[in-house]
Amino acid sequence: MSDDALFAAVMDPANRADPYPLYARLRRRPVSPQRDGSYVVSSHAAIRSLLFDPRLSSEDLPPPRRPRTGNPLKDLILNPIKNRISATHRPLIFRDPPDHDRLRSLVMREFSIARVQALRPRIAQEVDGLIDACRARREVCLVSDLSYPLPVTVICELLGVPREDEPRFQAWATQLATAVEPDARHDDATRRQIVGAFDDIAAYMRDLIREKRRRPADDMLSGLAVPGPDGRKQMSDFDLLSTAVLLLVAGHETTVNLITNAMLTLLRHPEELERLKADPERAPRLIEEVLRYEPPVHFRTRKALGAIAVAGEMIPKGAPVVLLFAAANRDPDRFAAPDRFDPDRADIEHFGFGGGLHYCVGAPLARIEAEIALVALSRRLVAPRLVDDPPPYRPGASLRGPEQLRIGIDGIV
Amino acid sequence: MTPVPAGIVVVGASLAGLRGAEALRRAGYDGPLTLVGAEPHRPYDRPPLSKHVLAGELAADATRLPELADLGARWRLGSPAVALDRAARTLRLADGSALAYEALLIATGAEARPWPAETGGGLAGIFTLRGRDDAAALRDALVAGPRQVLIVGGGLIGCEAASCLRDLGLPVTLVDPNSAPLARGLGTFVGGVIAECLRASGATFRPGTTVRAFEGDAAGHVARARLADGSTIETNLVIAALGATRATGWLRGAGLRADAGGVTCDAACRVLDAEGAPCPDIYAAGDVARWPIPLYDNRLIAVEHWGNAVEQAAHAARNMLAGPGDQRPYAHLPAFWSSQFGINIKLVGLPEGADSVAVVQGSRASRRFLAVYGRGGRSVAAVSFDQARWLPAYAEAVTAGDPFPPITDATDRPRVEIAAPGFPPPRRPAPTRPPAETVHV
Repeated sequence: MSDDALFAAVMDPANRADPYPLYARLRRRPVSPQRDGSYVVSSHAAIRSLLFDPRLSSEDLPPPRRPRTGNPLKDLILNPIKNRISATHRPLIFRDPPDHDRLRSLVMREFSIARVQALRPRIAQEVDGLIDACRARREVCLVSDLSYPLPVTVICELLGVPREDEPRFQAWATQLATAVEPDARHDDATRRQIVGAFDDIAAYMRDLIREKRRRPADDMLSGLAVPGPDGRKQMSDFDLLSTAVLLLVAGHETTVNLITNAMLTLLRHPEELERLKADPERAPRLIEEVLRYEPPVHFRTRKALGAIAVAGEMIPKGAPVVLLFAAANRDPDRFAAPDRFDPDRADIEHFGFGGGLHYCVGAPLARIEAEIALVALSRRLVAPRLVDDPPPYRPGASLRGPEQLRIGIDGIV
Repeated sequence: MTPVPAGIVVVGASLAGLRGAEALRRAGYDGPLTLVGAEPHRPYDRPPLSKHVLAGELAADATRLPELADLGARWRLGSPAVALDRAARTLRLADGSALAYEALLIATGAEARPWPAETGGGLAGIFTLRGRDDAAALRDALVAGPRQVLIVGGGLIGCEAASCLRDLGLPVTLVDPNSAPLARGLGTFVGGVIAECLRASGATFRPGTTVRAFEGDAAGHVARARLADGSTIETNLVIAALGATRATGWLRGAGLRADAGGVTCDAACRVLDAEGAPCPDIYAAGDVARWPIPLYDNRLIAVEHWGNAVEQAAHAARNMLAGPGDQRPYAHLPAFWSSQFGINIKLVGLPEGADSVAVVQGSRASRRFLAVYGRGGRSVAAVSFDQARWLPAYAEAVTAGDPFPPITDATDRPRVEIAAPGFPPPRRPAPTRPPAETVHV
C-alpha cells in the first residue's frame, strides 16, 4: 500500500478492529499528504502545534466530495449560499471564534463541576438498574445493556428532560448516532430517518425550551434558555436548539465508546480488572489510560485557512487536515512503550478528549460515568470473559467502537 | 579550622538565583553552593504580589517558591553583597563577612525606583511594590481604607495595582506621562484598551501629566500631589510604580560592565569586564542581565520577566559547568504575562522600536484580540488580550522573522489595518558605552 493511501485504509471497515499498525506507518511521516488532497497528522508534537494554530478552522470545512445535485454548475451557484446559511446554523463544534467562544463559555458555565458531581447518585442508580436487569443471564452485551442507554439518561437529566420523555430520547439517539459518522454511507431510507429524527427532536426541544423559559428549573437547558443579566437572550433560539442537540449527539456515542472500550481493554487485561475490583480508587487512572490507548474519538477533520508549515511539511491553503488523535496517543516520541496498556504511567497527556479550543466540554461527565460504570461492572459481573475477540465494530473510523461487546458471565452479584 | 571550599556562589536569592542553583545541581554539580540574598526571606514568587496579595486572596508570606528538595545549599539571607573583588575571588557582604567563590552567578535582579526624597519621597503613605515586604505593607495600608489612592505610573505594576484596588472598591487615580497606560511596553494603540478598562472600572485616569512633588500633613503623611499641569490631587496613599533599576550598585569598582541598566553579558551569559572580555568565572541571569539578542539586531537587552529569569538562569548554570569550548549562546524570545481588569495579557517578542502594529484576530473593542508589531516589514512581537491560545503560532512567526503582518489567514480575522504603535520617545539617553543602544523591556 502506498503511503498516500494509508488513510483510505484507516477508513476501510476491514481495519477497524486494529488500526494501530496503520497509524504507526502514518507516523513515519507525521504530516502525510493523502491522495484525496487531505493531510493526516499523526504525531503528538504536530497535533499539539496545530491545535493552537489560528489558521485551522472547524467552521469552514471542506465541501462534500460528492456534488449535491450532480450538476457541477448548479452546485457552484447553490452551494455558497447554502454553506453560508448553514455556517451560522452549526453547533459550536463546527464554529470558529468568536462565535464558538461565546457559545462555549455559556455551555461551560452550565456544565459546572458541581452540577456534574451532583449527577453521581443518579448515574450510580441507573448503572445498578441496568446491571440488575441482566440478572438471569449468562451472557450480556455491554453495548446494548449498559453503554448505550446510560449516557442518554444522564444527558436527559443534565439538560432537564422530564424522565417520562426519556424513552423518546433513547430512540432519537439511536437514529442520530449514524448521522454523526462522517464516513457513513447512508441509503435514502436511512437519510430520511435521520432527517426525521432531527425534525422530531428539534420540535420537542422547542417546546421544552418554551417550558423552561416559563418555569426555569435547576438544569442546563433552563440556565441557557433564561435571559442573561442584561435581560437579553444569551443564545439565539437556533443556537440553543443546536447546542441541546449537540450535547445529546456528541455526548452519546463518545461515552458509549469510552465505557465499551474500557471494559474491552480490561477484559483483555484481566489482572487490571481484578485490581479495580479490589481497589475502586484505580478507576480514574484506568480511564485516563483507556482515553490514551483506545480513545472514543480517533480523529477530527479541520481545514487549513492558509498554508501552514508544520513538522517539515507545508499544508496548503484549503486542504482538509485530519488530526489523528489516536495515533498521537501512541506516539513513541511522546510516550514510553506506547502500545502497552499501563494505567500506572505517570506521563499521560493524551488527546482522548481532543485538545485546544474544542476540547471536550463533557470530559468531567464522561469520566464520572465511565468510572461509576467500570467500578460496578468489576464488582458485579461474576467471572466475566469476552465471547468474541475482537468484537464486531461499528463502521465509523472516527467514532470508533464495538457494535456489540458480548461478555460471558457466571452471574450477577 | 579548615577553610570551607569556595565552590559556586549565587548572588541573589529570588527566582533566577534559585532556579540557577537548582539547574547546577540537576546538571550534576555536587560541590559547595551558596546563595546570597538581600532579603531575609527564602525565594518567593513576585507575580502574585501585585495581584492576589494586594487583593487579600493570598498572604504575602504564602508566595514562597518550591525548592528542589536536595539542593544542599548554604543560605546567606538578609545580608546583601556589597562589593566584589575579582582578583581575590571574594565577595563582601553587608554584615562585613567575606565569601570566597570559584565561580559566580549574578542574579541580584532589580529594585523599585523610589520616589525622590527631595520631592516628598520621605513621606509616610508612599509605597513601592517590588518585594514581599512591600506588598505586605501596602496590603495593610489598603485594609485601613485609604480615602484616595494615587498610582504614579501606568506600567504593568501600576495597572495591575489599579485593577486590584478597584476590585477592592477603593477610589483610585492613575497618573501617567503618556496618553495611555502601558505605552512604553505596548504602545498607546494597544495601551488605549487598558485606558478604557481603567475608566470603565471607575478609576480616574490622568494621562499626559506627571507628579512634580508630594506634600505632607503635619504628621509627615502624604496629603496631596502637585502635578506638572499645576493641578493638585488629594491623596493619602501613593503607589510609586516608576519601574525598576538593576541591582548593580554592589559591583561598583569591580571592573565589570555594569550600571543601573544592568550587567552586560555576552551571548553565553558571561559577564563582560571593563575591556569587554567575558569573565570565564562570572555569569549573570534574570532581571539584572543584559545581553545581545540576535533577533533584535544584537541590541543589549535586559528582560525583566519571569520566564527569562527561569530560562536564563538554567542556561547560565549549564554554561558555568561546560568547558570554554562549549559555551552555548542563550536563545530567548522575551515574553511576559499580566492579568488586569479581568483580562489575561500575554506578550512575545520585543515591541519597542516597532514602526507598525495590526490587530490580526478579534478586535480592540471586544477586548479580545491578538495584535502583531512590525519593524521594517518584519514581525517583531505579538500581544494577546484573552487570546493566549494562539500566541505560540505568532511566537513562531516572530522567531522566524516572518513578514509583517504574519499569518494572513486566521479565524476571527478582522479587516487588517496597519496603525502606528504609539511608543513614547526613549526615557533615558542611551549610555555612551559600551553599546549604541540599550533597551529594557
